[in-house]
Amino acid sequence: MEAISILAFIFTAVAISYWWLWRQRIFDKPWVEEGTEADDRETIGGGLATANTALFAFLAVVTSLFALFISAYFTRMELNDWSPLTEPSSLWFNTGILMLASVSVHWCTRTINKTTYKAMLLATGVFTFGFIWGQYAAWQQLWAAGYYLNTNPANSFFFLFTALHALHLFGGLWVWTRATFRVFTEVDVEKAKMSVELCRTYWHFLLIVWLVLFALLLST
Amino acid sequence: MAYVAYTDREHDFAHPHSWVTKYVWSQDHKVIAIQYGLTAIAVGVVALVLSAFMRLQLGFPDTFSIITPSEYYQYVTMHGMIMVVYLLTALFLGGFGNYLIPLMIGARDMVFPFMNMLSFWFYLLSVVILMASFFVPGGPTGAGWTLYPPQAILFGTPGADWGILLMLISLGVFIIAFTMGGLNYVTTVLQARTRGLTLMRLPLSIWGILTATVLGLLAFPALLVSAIMMTLDNLIGTSFFMPALVSMGELQEHQGGSPVLFQHLFWFFGHPEVYIVALPAFGIVSDLLSVHARKNIFGYRMMVWAIVIIGGLSFIVWAHHMYVSGMNPYFGFFFATTTLIIAVPTAIKVYNWVLTLWQGNIHLRVPMLFSIGFIFTFIHGGLTGLFLGNVVIDLPLSDTYFVVAHFHMVMGVSPVLVIYGALYHWFPKITGKMYNATLGKFHFWLTFLGCYAIYLPMHYLGFLGVPRRYYAYEGIDFIPNSALMLNTQISTAALFVAVVQLLFFINVIWSLMYGRKSDPNPWGATTLEWQTPENPPAHGNWGKELPGVYRWAYDYSVPGAEKDFIPQNTPPRPGEKIEF
Amino acid sequence: MLVAIVFMLLVVGSIAFHLWSPSLGWWFLPRASHWDQIDLTLDITFWVTGFVFVAVNLFMAYAVVKYRNRGEDSKPAKYEPENPKLELWLTVFTAIGVAAMLAPGLYVWNEFVHVPDEAWEMEVLGEQWRWTYRLPGKDNKLGTSDASLISISNPLGINPKDPFGQDDLIIDTGIVHIPIDKPVKLNLRSKDVLHDFAVAEFRVKMDLVPGLVSYLWFTPTKTGTYDVLCEELCGLAHFTMRGKVVVDTLEDFNAWQSEQMTFAETQAIPAADPELGEGLYAVCSGCHGQSGEGNVALNSPKLTGMSSWYLEQQLHNFKKGIRGSHPDDIYGQQMVAIAGMLVDDSAIRDVSAYITTFPSTPSDSIVIGNVERGEKLWTTCGTCHGMEGQGNYATHSPKLSGQEDWYVRRQLEHFKKGIRGAHDDDRFGHQMMSMARMLRSEKDMKDILAFMNKLPTQMPGEQLALAQREGVEE
Repeated sequence: MEAISILAFIFTAVAISYWWLWRQRIFDKPWVEEGTEADDRETIGGGLATANTALFAFLAVVTSLFALFISAYFTRMELNDWSPLTEPSSLWFNTGILMLASVSVHWCTRTINKTTYKAMLLATGVFTFGFIWGQYAAWQQLWAAGYYLNTNPANSFFFLFTALHALHLFGGLWVWTRATFRVFTEVDVEKAKMSVELCRTYWHFLLIVWLVLFALLLST
Repeated sequence: MAYVAYTDREHDFAHPHSWVTKYVWSQDHKVIAIQYGLTAIAVGVVALVLSAFMRLQLGFPDTFSIITPSEYYQYVTMHGMIMVVYLLTALFLGGFGNYLIPLMIGARDMVFPFMNMLSFWFYLLSVVILMASFFVPGGPTGAGWTLYPPQAILFGTPGADWGILLMLISLGVFIIAFTMGGLNYVTTVLQARTRGLTLMRLPLSIWGILTATVLGLLAFPALLVSAIMMTLDNLIGTSFFMPALVSMGELQEHQGGSPVLFQHLFWFFGHPEVYIVALPAFGIVSDLLSVHARKNIFGYRMMVWAIVIIGGLSFIVWAHHMYVSGMNPYFGFFFATTTLIIAVPTAIKVYNWVLTLWQGNIHLRVPMLFSIGFIFTFIHGGLTGLFLGNVVIDLPLSDTYFVVAHFHMVMGVSPVLVIYGALYHWFPKITGKMYNATLGKFHFWLTFLGCYAIYLPMHYLGFLGVPRRYYAYEGIDFIPNSALMLNTQISTAALFVAVVQLLFFINVIWSLMYGRKSDPNPWGATTLEWQTPENPPAHGNWGKELPGVYRWAYDYSVPGAEKDFIPQNTPPRPGEKIEF
Repeated sequence: MLVAIVFMLLVVGSIAFHLWSPSLGWWFLPRASHWDQIDLTLDITFWVTGFVFVAVNLFMAYAVVKYRNRGEDSKPAKYEPENPKLELWLTVFTAIGVAAMLAPGLYVWNEFVHVPDEAWEMEVLGEQWRWTYRLPGKDNKLGTSDASLISISNPLGINPKDPFGQDDLIIDTGIVHIPIDKPVKLNLRSKDVLHDFAVAEFRVKMDLVPGLVSYLWFTPTKTGTYDVLCEELCGLAHFTMRGKVVVDTLEDFNAWQSEQMTFAETQAIPAADPELGEGLYAVCSGCHGQSGEGNVALNSPKLTGMSSWYLEQQLHNFKKGIRGSHPDDIYGQQMVAIAGMLVDDSAIRDVSAYITTFPSTPSDSIVIGNVERGEKLWTTCGTCHGMEGQGNYATHSPKLSGQEDWYVRRQLEHFKKGIRGAHDDDRFGHQMMSMARMLRSEKDMKDILAFMNKLPTQMPGEQLALAQREGVEE
């Protein structure tokens, strides 16, 4: 039972890979095909497509990481010294803020208005920092109530999950900072816009990760 | 043609000018590959020396025992971890992956050269941290390469204070390095293949490396997760893996954790890790066999499917390392079944290698000798895996020397033979010089026969029930003197094999200095890396224009062709039939 | 050509080696349990894999001979991308072979997982680095236990309030007896780290995991004494974690069982009386001195600073001839005679308690060696004896700080030569025999003793606290 989340992830990952391979016509006989026609890719090695491929591969790695943690969580939960944690209610508020960050970065990539673009870009960063600060405040609340990292495994996992999630957001914020700097100084704006496109995917992904983690924490 | 060959754009390709940017902070995949390779081999030599100390202790306990029990367990641990992670994984993916991927797919470099460079420096950092553990108080960890808690972080195991911490940190850094490299390899193969190079036209080397990289990307997080949680258990006093226990007479503060959980996480990484090493070896050996037998690889499609299926299955067999771990015994049914199923695609690969030789035109050059040697040792190691995978047979054999013999045969000797074969095979490409064939043949024979002399008898110690990870055996009534004698013989062979590896280094150095200049394509191979305009390939690999690909990677001895091979970038002959 | 010949020779040689190995003792030990099905599954696997090994390798060797390049007049290779029919057949053929091995494997595993109802249960407790056993006693039921209850007087952590635990038999000698032909289920429990209970003749093994109870079962079918080995790396002295299991006839087993102490009996041992011990000590004082200060000239070590449990254990061993009966152990033989004068265990306890009342005395350092090198070697010794040499009851390791180097040196030499520790019942002596071998040279010996002489002679606080809690010392 405990292994269910990681197995679910692995089956999904393998299924997607196999489906993708299927579409790459891996049943064809390559020795009877000659010429270059057999290739339908648009670009070779560069541009948004390449960056996106790398990003999605990275997201698969991160998903694996969190799926494994969740599996460990389920396993550990079964053991008898587990005492569930009462999550601080401020997490609801934080969740809302992270959603706003996601919305603003999405908006950013959909607008053609330069001012809106800049405003939404800034808003993304502000909301994200706000979320992280909110998470930290939730930690302080727990510390004040006497719940520390090593108090109970449920606490350990809570701190671990939130810390790892925030760490991933910091990684995103680093890219965001570079892109914002470029947009405002108008250097390499094209490159910056590509980064923002990637940020959108990344922020949505981390929002989903947080929602899953939050739901998990609430339900157990 | 509607393609924009992105990497052809000149400004992305600022050529390095100073010595430092060319050879140290280089972003050229070939230089990075050599950096990776040399570091991996250097650290591998350290691990080899450690094993020599262990064998001296086991084989000549009365005369040559020069290490203490602490050191013995520390060397066992470091030998295992270095060989599996820091040598084999790094060499196959960081070394061969880096060198071969862009060349074989007709790209100018990896898609993210800077990240590629960072990957190497992080790898080097992880090696430095690992080596540093030899010099900290208490020395490196002696918990075995599996690092099982609770013992890994409790007093009573060597290096339980500093050693284990450095090991976990080093692994963490290695995983970062691997992820940066791995994302690069996957993206490069998927996005930067040259015109006409469909997936099914890829050489099997690339298939092996690609699949192994994907496995690594998904499996290494499991190691990271367990490393993070163990570090917290160790430093902060959490209880992820630590149950209530009395260590050395003292009740510990931990409560309720599960050591078996760690084992699940570890082997969720650990088993795919076996294939992270094996799949590139499978791929590379397929290409070597095909080139030197002048024959297409037999059943190319089946070979690709087998690699992909093995890759998928490798994620659901992990608990076969844990049959006697005290986990829920009902898991045994599932994992024994999946484990034995994985034998089917693996067997097909073996058949196809052998059938590639059948009706070939076999040139027994040095790389070919290593490849055939690989088939032999891999069959041996694969078949003994069926003993251990079949859950009840694991009961008597688990934790004995049978296990040691099995995994050294299947993922020690076999991949190393492929590595040597590959190094000899691509030596003319990497260096532009030919190696000394006589010396190479000596190296093969002494290594191959020597290894068999080590590991065949070792299985029989396992049948007898001689346990692994024992510093000394005196006082065990059931072990007869003849078994101790066998241990001496094994040690002799092991030390011999260790010394024989000098032949390889002598060969490399001699050939670099005095070897004759090699042809650009000395073996008459079809794949793209042999078709570069310069030999060795210059920065950017392809001169002005990227090669186009018109055929699969195995057009050897095609009836009616002028030569016995047609390079992949040879356009169709006029009137040549094109079928779809 | 050479390759092919060598491969054929390797195949033939491997088979020859295989057939030849049993006569040299490189083969499974004769089975002493009912698990003939495991051996059968193994045989099937041997036949299937053996066939594949021979067939594929010989085919490969043949292919290499037949299709090797012979220069100019060589035939070109055949262009044959694939042969789906052949590949399909090979797949089917392999699948059948795999199924032939897997099916019996799963069947027998099912037997292993399901313990028969008529099996009796006993407990195996592993700890660094020895085995302890618990038999259920008359009520055929084991009492509950918990890690937090473990102490010197309750080494298994048995719940003293559980009525089922009272008559449990505690076997703390490392040697356990079981009756023949009765299926037995071993409940495996660990005090500290992972261990693995393995007896080669029984064919089955299983890890001991702290925090849970694992199990294995078998029916012993042959009387005899068998080695129990720990087969999961459990720390530094893993390789010395040995034990014995004796398969007895039912009568012998019952006789043995009736001699063992129940948990209730171990709890009821009266406290030692140092005043009674004072009278008994008179005979010791001739050599060891009035207040246990020792006498080099008489080869008598000082006794001050030693824990009572260690003194008790050694006196017990001398009395039984477990220590000191080796013909080369002249001073040990004297002690055997002297210890024989202590009539029973309670006399031993009393005199030991008296000895621990002596104030600690300084000891002379005679040995000169390289202290730094000695410190490196000490990491091995310190694991059991404590990094400060303070001694540890948990590993049954005496205090070494403040010990006299001439005495320790002689003991180490005796351990190395098997003059001390070789007796079958001296399990801690056995461990020291294995460990002392790491001191290869005169220099090793001097260096480590030089370091030992530098150790602080005061007992560190926490160890003292433990000792006080247990009321065994001072």
